[in-house]
Amino acid sequence: MFRKQECVAMLLAGGQGSRLYALTRRIAKPAVPYGGKYRIIDFPLSNCVNSGIETVGVLTQYQPLELSDYIGSGQPWDLDRMDAGVHVLPPYQRNKGADWYKGTANAIYQNMQFIERYDPEYVLVLSGDHIYKMDYSAMLAAHKAKNADCTIAVLDVPKEEASRFGILNTNEDGSVYEFEEKPKEPKSTLASMGIYIFTWEKLRKYLIADEKDPASSNDFGKNVLPAMLDAGERMFAYRFDGYWKDVGTIDSLWEANLDLLNPKVPLDLSDDAWKIYSRNPGMPPQYLADTAQVQNSMITEGCNISGKVEYSVIFAGVTVEEGAEIIDSILMPGSIVRKGAKVHYAILAENVEVGEGAQVGAKPEEMADLEKWGIAVVASGVKVGKGACVPAKAMQETDVEEVTAHA
Amino acid sequence: MRNYTALGLIFANMHDEAVRDCTAIRSMGSLPFGGRYRLIDFVLSGMVNAGITKVGVMTKSNYQSLMDHLGSGKAWDLSRKHEGLFFLPPRSSDDAKYQGRIGPLADIMAFLLRSKEELVILSDCHMVSSMDYSALLQAHVESSADVTVAYRNGVVPALSDIPLIKMDAAGRVTDMLIGRVGDGEVCYGIGVYVMRKDWLIHLINEAVARNLQHFERDILQRRLHEINIHGYEVPSLVMPIYSLSSYYNANLALLNSEVRAQLFPNSRPVYTKVRDCAPVQYGLHAQVTNSLVADGAHVDGTVKNSIIFRGVNIGRDTVIEDCVVMQDVTVADRCSLTCVVADKNAVFREGRTLQGFESYPVYIAKNAIV
Repeated sequence: MFRKQECVAMLLAGGQGSRLYALTRRIAKPAVPYGGKYRIIDFPLSNCVNSGIETVGVLTQYQPLELSDYIGSGQPWDLDRMDAGVHVLPPYQRNKGADWYKGTANAIYQNMQFIERYDPEYVLVLSGDHIYKMDYSAMLAAHKAKNADCTIAVLDVPKEEASRFGILNTNEDGSVYEFEEKPKEPKSTLASMGIYIFTWEKLRKYLIADEKDPASSNDFGKNVLPAMLDAGERMFAYRFDGYWKDVGTIDSLWEANLDLLNPKVPLDLSDDAWKIYSRNPGMPPQYLADTAQVQNSMITEGCNISGKVEYSVIFAGVTVEEGAEIIDSILMPGSIVRKGAKVHYAILAENVEVGEGAQVGAKPEEMADLEKWGIAVVASGVKVGKGACVPAKAMQETDVEEVTAHA
Repeated sequence: MRNYTALGLIFANMHDEAVRDCTAIRSMGSLPFGGRYRLIDFVLSGMVNAGITKVGVMTKSNYQSLMDHLGSGKAWDLSRKHEGLFFLPPRSSDDAKYQGRIGPLADIMAFLLRSKEELVILSDCHMVSSMDYSALLQAHVESSADVTVAYRNGVVPALSDIPLIKMDAAGRVTDMLIGRVGDGEVCYGIGVYVMRKDWLIHLINEAVARNLQHFERDILQRRLHEINIHGYEVPSLVMPIYSLSSYYNANLALLNSEVRAQLFPNSRPVYTKVRDCAPVQYGLHAQVTNSLVADGAHVDGTVKNSIIFRGVNIGRDTVIEDCVVMQDVTVADRCSLTCVVADKNAVFREGRTLQGFESYPVYIAKNAIV
């Protein structure tokens, strides 16, 4: 017997995040490291716990090993509960065959049994793609106050960016009358954040109907939400006005990390009242040597810094040797930058080694042709040989051989 | 699988009096160390890394902070259905009873009788070390000694009841003095002993019957020639904490990479309670050199040769040199601190200047406002 839960969260974590290329070669997007000691999924998981939601189903599909390991028992987020807590839900085989998750709605449909054992009134649907701090309990209160069937969190985006998002057109009372996916001429600037609260009884009905429709692609945005709207269900937008960032691309991931160094960006990770929890590597404090020069950066435990670090985010266990220079870059756990090497405007994935005097990325002001400039990315475990160069905008997935000095 | 099982017993309050300033509000075991640790972390982690899965923590007073730190033992992987961490507070507040080790051990007789392990390791918390306890256990088993005393060779720390030992070529202890004698280099016990559990139970029962209190003085020393005591030299770094200045120096010793390598070996991690702090945030005016900085700190000033604990705030134009700054201390703008040990939550208001001396650091108490 499972104790009843008012609201169960379902976290869609099966996405490949193909626009992160090398960074998601072997891990699912929600497992991508962010902010020095976190992974993207820490944000929705911590938001759940901080909002008083005790039951979270994490739907995995693409490269689930590292993500499942990371979630483990859920203990770092205080989600190791007797029968609530976090549950990893991969696709599974039934007596009449087996399916991968065909779409976001189908993923929930296939796990209706999991939801129903808690007999919830509401289901919160989240994605593991965004960095933000949000009190879901306030959104749930709004959902209840409006007696809504579906509440969709929205962000007021600048008009010129609105055509990149799914836009909600609303009446004065906040009720939705139209969805527009990436409209050329947006009528409103309220962009969907991919966070939905449904009254479970209603959602259940629509999921079953959607599954029966062979023409449906079983997706919330494309199928389920429009079907609910067409049928005249009560759908409301819920405005959120904090920091929210989709980290689906190399540029946005890089920006979102560096946002942490900008005091004007309202994302405070040191707020005790809304902690973001993560699985802790348990390393000694960081050591900054006599030759270290560190400014405007974020660095975490286990690092050994002897070089120059400016405007960068450095993850656990990174070594930066003497004379090395890290500028405007993200160094993920376990990376090593040898003597005199330069890492400019780059993302080094886990356990990358940059050899002595090598160069990764470039500053935009150094480029003759700005068109060719972009963030350089080095995939996990790659070795960049001594004196070698990984140009700006590169996506380096294989080792780079050492370059011997010119005669 | 190893061919013996061992029980760990940690004396959390032993030598509390040595660093009186810092232990007024806590036990020796919960004394903060090295940016994010407490002294007991090194002992507990060492035992866990040696495959010990049952550890009793014995306390006599001031153990709130210790209980808070240890919790269920989860951080050391000791929150278990079978065995795990056992918190063993005193049975009474009779101070006289808890002077030596016998009284506290007699108090936990039921726990000892119930334990199935063959061997016992007793350990204090005042010697900072990441020693390999499994090598110690192995040495004990191989020597077939009744008791093995872990020791280091060097200048004796100024502790009142430290055992100094002499051994024959086979490693058997032939002479034992208690307390500091002279300034030369000798072999001194580091408060870590291994013996058979049954044998310990027998010793305690007998000692209680004879009204003896002191394990070293009344048992080891007095019966030196009846029992087979062996010495085991700890091959890795041991830093004794016996005064505020030795505490200060042991912290600053972590700035040496060789010391860090010995205290934090990759094969034997040191575990501690997780605080879920954000990474360290260095501001535009930060200048940090030769320092150890723990997560959750905000640094916008100058820090040299210092140990900065979790959650410390260091303001702009502030200079911190040769300091040990504990958890959640705030140092406002334009301060200057040299050779200061600032205990938890202390606050230095804008423009304060404090200067200690290397051999005599200034201690600022927990929650103090300067």
